[in-house]
Amino acid sequence: MLKDITLGQFFPGDTVVHRLDPRSKLIVMIMYITGLFMAKGFPAYGFMFAVLVTCLAISKIKPAAVLRGLRPILIIICLTVLLNIFFIRGETVLFQYYSIVITLEGVYTAIFMAMRLIMLIVCTFLLTYTTSPITLTDGLERMLSPLKKIKLPVHEFSMMMSIALRMIPTLIEETDKIMSAQKSRGADFETGGLIKRAKAILPLIIPLFISAFRRADELATAMESRCYHGGDGRTKLNVLRFSGIDFAAFLFGACVIAAVIFLGRFAV
Amino acid sequence: MSLIKTEKLSHIYSIGTPFERVAVNNIDFEINKGEFLGIIGATGSGKSTFIQHLNGLLKPTEGSVFYDGTDIHSTKQYTRDIRFKVGLVFQYPEYQLFESTVFDDIAFGPKNMKLSEPDVRERVYEAAGFAGLDESLLSKSPFGLSGGEKRRAAIAGVIAMRPDVLILDEPTAGLDPGGQAEIIRNIVNYKTSHNATVILVTHNMEEIARNVDRILLINRGSIVMDDTPARVFSESSRLTELGLAAPKAALLAERLRVLGLDAGQGIYTTEQLRKALCEIKGLQGGNAHA
Repeated sequence: MLKDITLGQFFPGDTVVHRLDPRSKLIVMIMYITGLFMAKGFPAYGFMFAVLVTCLAISKIKPAAVLRGLRPILIIICLTVLLNIFFIRGETVLFQYYSIVITLEGVYTAIFMAMRLIMLIVCTFLLTYTTSPITLTDGLERMLSPLKKIKLPVHEFSMMMSIALRMIPTLIEETDKIMSAQKSRGADFETGGLIKRAKAILPLIIPLFISAFRRADELATAMESRCYHGGDGRTKLNVLRFSGIDFAAFLFGACVIAAVIFLGRFAV
Repeated sequence: MSLIKTEKLSHIYSIGTPFERVAVNNIDFEINKGEFLGIIGATGSGKSTFIQHLNGLLKPTEGSVFYDGTDIHSTKQYTRDIRFKVGLVFQYPEYQLFESTVFDDIAFGPKNMKLSEPDVRERVYEAAGFAGLDESLLSKSPFGLSGGEKRRAAIAGVIAMRPDVLILDEPTAGLDPGGQAEIIRNIVNYKTSHNATVILVTHNMEEIARNVDRILLINRGSIVMDDTPARVFSESSRLTELGLAAPKAALLAERLRVLGLDAGQGIYTTEQLRKALCEIKGLQGGNAHA
């Protein structure tokens, strides 16, 4: 059911990847994505894939969790593959039936696009599966803090983000509860046409909205009674500091980009 | 024959993930028509998960649930019909209100039963009466009501389906004593007038002691005790171990026994204790200020 959604779920652990500073994880992830877009040809893609699998293995993420997370974007991947196969016209024709032409170049592009998409998503899994939402927003806030100079409310943004992230499981649970309650009164969410189903959502949305507002109100009161007044002069209990493994991670990221550029020369 | 029966019922949440948790473990249970059953157990013992199986909301991971001898999940239609026969009132049911008037909200269940307009009307008024809702409130928005009124409106929404079995999950939690007593009184009224079966889940032992004729004690997803209130409440040390407590009257009677004043066995309500103590003092009718 709703509870089984894993996209963006944190799995606690104590591996090197878990211990990395959230900022370095973000930076290395951006480096990896840059590498992905520079990759050309099978050797480079193969290398990027191997890097990703190794990182997953180091962080002890179960393959099943990754596959489950990929399931929602399966349609997008399939669509990309089909579009590329049928619409990219190269020189080597593999198959022709009236106006439907499949070329070798099209197949290659399709494979590369699919791999790039999958690796892109999986590398973000690596970040969200190993970093708790709170540390992640903490890292973001620190990274964006130079923007405070130009009067951007960085702290407020990151506070909003961490509250939003924090509320996702709560709201899912709440939806589940309200759904059960309405089902007990004979509500039917499963059968019927589009309009009937859309109507069936109404008994769900209204109580959910009301409880979200109530929660927001209560949270605001709770924060104010603990003297929260925004980011000015606020200090952290756990101050983020780069350590040896973080510099090693940056070096690793740089090596990956270099290797990808190098391997790109061997592209067919 | 028993009205509801479960066989080897187990429920496991998030099966196959690191968050796997057994909530209900191998429960065999039966309830007959007209019984008033209380379910007690510490927070997180699996009470709420268990009762959600009885109207087919949750599908058992293992085992089965029977209503009137037929498996609840035998056909989709039967599962839907069961929802109307076994009315389930959730914890804090006021959070499920959504219509623009109280009347429409109570009518949600009967309308889903595809009843005719006059029938729906009749049931809404009847349910409002049972839940102790003033008729003048029916045309108001449910969001303008007080906490206790909202709770009663939500309970009326379930009663309006005229269920044969009424299951309530902590219906009095968070209400003032007056409101609590009134809700229990209304439930008892509904039970007697419809010869309904009632299952009451609660942490309020006094409430249970005064009303039910059988208690089910659940701990870590299994039934630990299934007996009369007198027997269950006589094991007060066992209850304490499981994070519960016997009603105050039972505890007082026990303390008095230790101090040398034996009021007799099987006392668990204030009325019983008062009567027993008056008998000891040789007073009739219990009109002493006990």
